[in-house]
Amino acid sequence: MSSSSTTETVAPNLFAPRRRQLLSKRHSTALSIVSTVIFVAVVVAIVFWAPGGVTFRHFFFDPHQMWVAFTGNHQGLASVGKGILTNIWMFCLCEVLVLILALGLAWIRISTSPVMAPLRVLATIYTDVFRGIPILLVFIIVGFGFSELNIGWISHQTPTFYGCTAITITYTAYVAEVYRAGLNSVPQGQILAARSLGLGQAATMRRVILPQAVRTVIPPLLNDFISMQKDTALVSILGIVEAVQSAQIDASQNFNDSGLVVAALLFLAMTIPLTRFTDHLIAKDRTRRLAGAQ
Amino acid sequence: MTVLSLQNVSKRFGDTEVLRGISLELNRHDVVCLIGASGSGKSTLLRCANLLERIDGGDIQLFGQSLLDPRIDEDLVRRNIGMVFQSFNLFPHLTVLQNVMLGPVRALKRPSDEVRDEAMALLTRIGLADRANEYPDRLSGGQQQRVAIVRSLAMQPALLLLDEVTSALDPTLVGEVLDLLRELAHDGTTMLLATHEMGFAREVATNVVYIDQGVVLEQGAPSAMFDNPQEEATKLFLSRARS
Repeated sequence: MSSSSTTETVAPNLFAPRRRQLLSKRHSTALSIVSTVIFVAVVVAIVFWAPGGVTFRHFFFDPHQMWVAFTGNHQGLASVGKGILTNIWMFCLCEVLVLILALGLAWIRISTSPVMAPLRVLATIYTDVFRGIPILLVFIIVGFGFSELNIGWISHQTPTFYGCTAITITYTAYVAEVYRAGLNSVPQGQILAARSLGLGQAATMRRVILPQAVRTVIPPLLNDFISMQKDTALVSILGIVEAVQSAQIDASQNFNDSGLVVAALLFLAMTIPLTRFTDHLIAKDRTRRLAGAQ
Repeated sequence: MTVLSLQNVSKRFGDTEVLRGISLELNRHDVVCLIGASGSGKSTLLRCANLLERIDGGDIQLFGQSLLDPRIDEDLVRRNIGMVFQSFNLFPHLTVLQNVMLGPVRALKRPSDEVRDEAMALLTRIGLADRANEYPDRLSGGQQQRVAIVRSLAMQPALLLLDEVTSALDPTLVGEVLDLLRELAHDGTTMLLATHEMGFAREVATNVVYIDQGVVLEQGAPSAMFDNPQEEATKLFLSRARS
């Protein structure tokens, strides 16, 4: 008798084993609810029944302490709520500066003109150096170093100015690389097509390369900005009373760390909307371009 | 009137000599078809003609002016030469209409109302006026390539370069693109095209040029080239291309 594999007469069983059927996509909503409930329950159980659970909750999640830390009081407690405003405006300012400066830096790095050669070398050194130095050191060098230099207005600025300078210097290096990757991701054919239409280098950049690069650049750019939002907390080492510094003042006066949790929650309140917003932008762009695709 | 003239053009990429002394002349209303195996240098020749590549030797003249002259503005040169690519290269972030309008508005700085009317007329001509506000990725390959052709025409170029414009298309979509090119040839558009469509070359070409390893091996009227090729290499290539 032939053993050919095509002579099988019994229909093969196509059903998944019972256990995998339960985990299939058909039950996805139910499954995600169940797993979320279990996860939350485990976390709550640990916090409540751990041997040190009571102390832990008191030190980090005391509602009264959290409220006092958030608002501050007249006995010299700093307000974390007020402090976060410093983080927010520093971040907003630095974000705008970085977006502009990094684009210039990226433009220099991808330029091909021989006139730009010395600038290209400088730009490369700049990105290498400032991506390589821990940002904390940049804060110290700029924050304490610049005032030591004693040269005119540069040495007579506020710590906040130095903090913003350090953040901008460092993140310009990171974001320039993000831009550069985005600009390079636009296919060569697009550039050839634009140049063939007689568009100059600047017009090609503005009308063809940049609009396409922006789409690929947004997610990594946002990652850097979320890091940047958090790194505004590091300016506390320059003595600036922002959210984390305020929380630390409160913690040392009250022997209670609930203020730090407040600061953490406030940072989350800043970063999560930003992430959601970007996801929304990406999804919108996707549907717009694929809408009704045949 | 001579539109484009290539004299003894050579081009190297590193150690590889892609073009080895090519001479060619295009008069107004000429349709010159470059044929030859892939890698023979057809595409490079087209790119050299609108300065997307720099040549290493010889001369290229557009209306009698050498393009090697350092005082030449390459953007001005390209505004007079249209180029259509194998892979369409439409701008995905712009609508069909915006694709067609980009060159005249941004390179020629013409008022957009005027350009819009012309662009719509061009899109009507290729039967895609109703798709004007859609993005290119919603169009079929044949439709995209026809938009790309019309995008170059919107610049009202003196010369159109076409680089294997049907090679990336489904066989069923090749016809509509060739029909448009036929129409353009009929209207007297000056064209230099690299193509693998032998039937089409025979039909529309005023001159067929066989390129082999960077040199013009044989050229002539389509009837002579296809019915009575002189060189062995041309015969071999044509017999393979037909099968």
